[in-house]
Amino acid sequence: MSSTNETKIVKDPSGKKLTVTRAFNAPVAKVWQAWTERALLEKWWAPKPWLAETKTMDFKAGGFWLYAMVSPEGERHWNKVDFHTVDAENSFTATAIFCDENGKPLEDFPAMHWKNQFTADGAGTTVTSEISFDSTTGFDKIVQMGFEGGFTMAQGNLDELLAE
Amino acid sequence: MQLYDCGFIFATIQLQIMTLVTRRDIFQAIADPTRRAILALLAVQMMTPNAIAEKFDSSRQAVSKHISILTECGLVGQQQAGREIYYHLNVSEMKTLDAWLEPFRQLWADRFDQLDDLLNNL
Repeated sequence: MSSTNETKIVKDPSGKKLTVTRAFNAPVAKVWQAWTERALLEKWWAPKPWLAETKTMDFKAGGFWLYAMVSPEGERHWNKVDFHTVDAENSFTATAIFCDENGKPLEDFPAMHWKNQFTADGAGTTVTSEISFDSTTGFDKIVQMGFEGGFTMAQGNLDELLAE
Repeated sequence: MQLYDCGFIFATIQLQIMTLVTRRDIFQAIADPTRRAILALLAVQMMTPNAIAEKFDSSRQAVSKHISILTECGLVGQQQAGREIYYHLNVSEMKTLDAWLEPFRQLWADRFDQLDDLLNNL
């Protein structure tokens, strides 16, 4: 199957919300699994060459996912996702923060509130993620970091290419 | 769920400071609802400061202050026509603003490509 599905991002005029939409060529059950099961999440969540490493994963309302993004040099950055509501194979809401390895939040990093909706679309699935922030400052910072992320990742991909 | 991870930030802290300095002003400019409304008006046509002020309940001075913030960060330009000053949207700066989201979109697109691979083998 091709992977030419486009990732769309729409910025809300309020300046506090982004909506990310993406279609996948797989049924809802599989896409849901990939988003909510530890072993599967670890296989795609970290953009290369980083790896996602789970310390705790309890996918249910009130549970959380505590994981580290691990650099090729072994550097670890911790993230925690608190799950608020779970409606199996339909939607879940969560809040994501940066933290230390014990899940203690880091100061000065904005929290992101997530609402992920999984919709059957023919034989495929459309995932709509509404990502909102407590303030426009939080929004700016996330977009800012996304930019840094994209930049660094491009560098990483270039390294990989040059090593071939 | 994260959009990115903080490793990226620490790795590129220098670049972040640079971009913060150059971009911060634009984001602050559009954070205000009145200023976004002014941009929306100017997207349709060039307008004099009086014509813009008439669209709002706030005082002329307040609207004028908003216009000057938009002018300072380059989102709005001005030109003289006879005795009147007309304000217009600086389209290239608005594009810069949109371009800002593009690498962010790319980060997600790459991540989702990995998910495609996984789903194909599930």
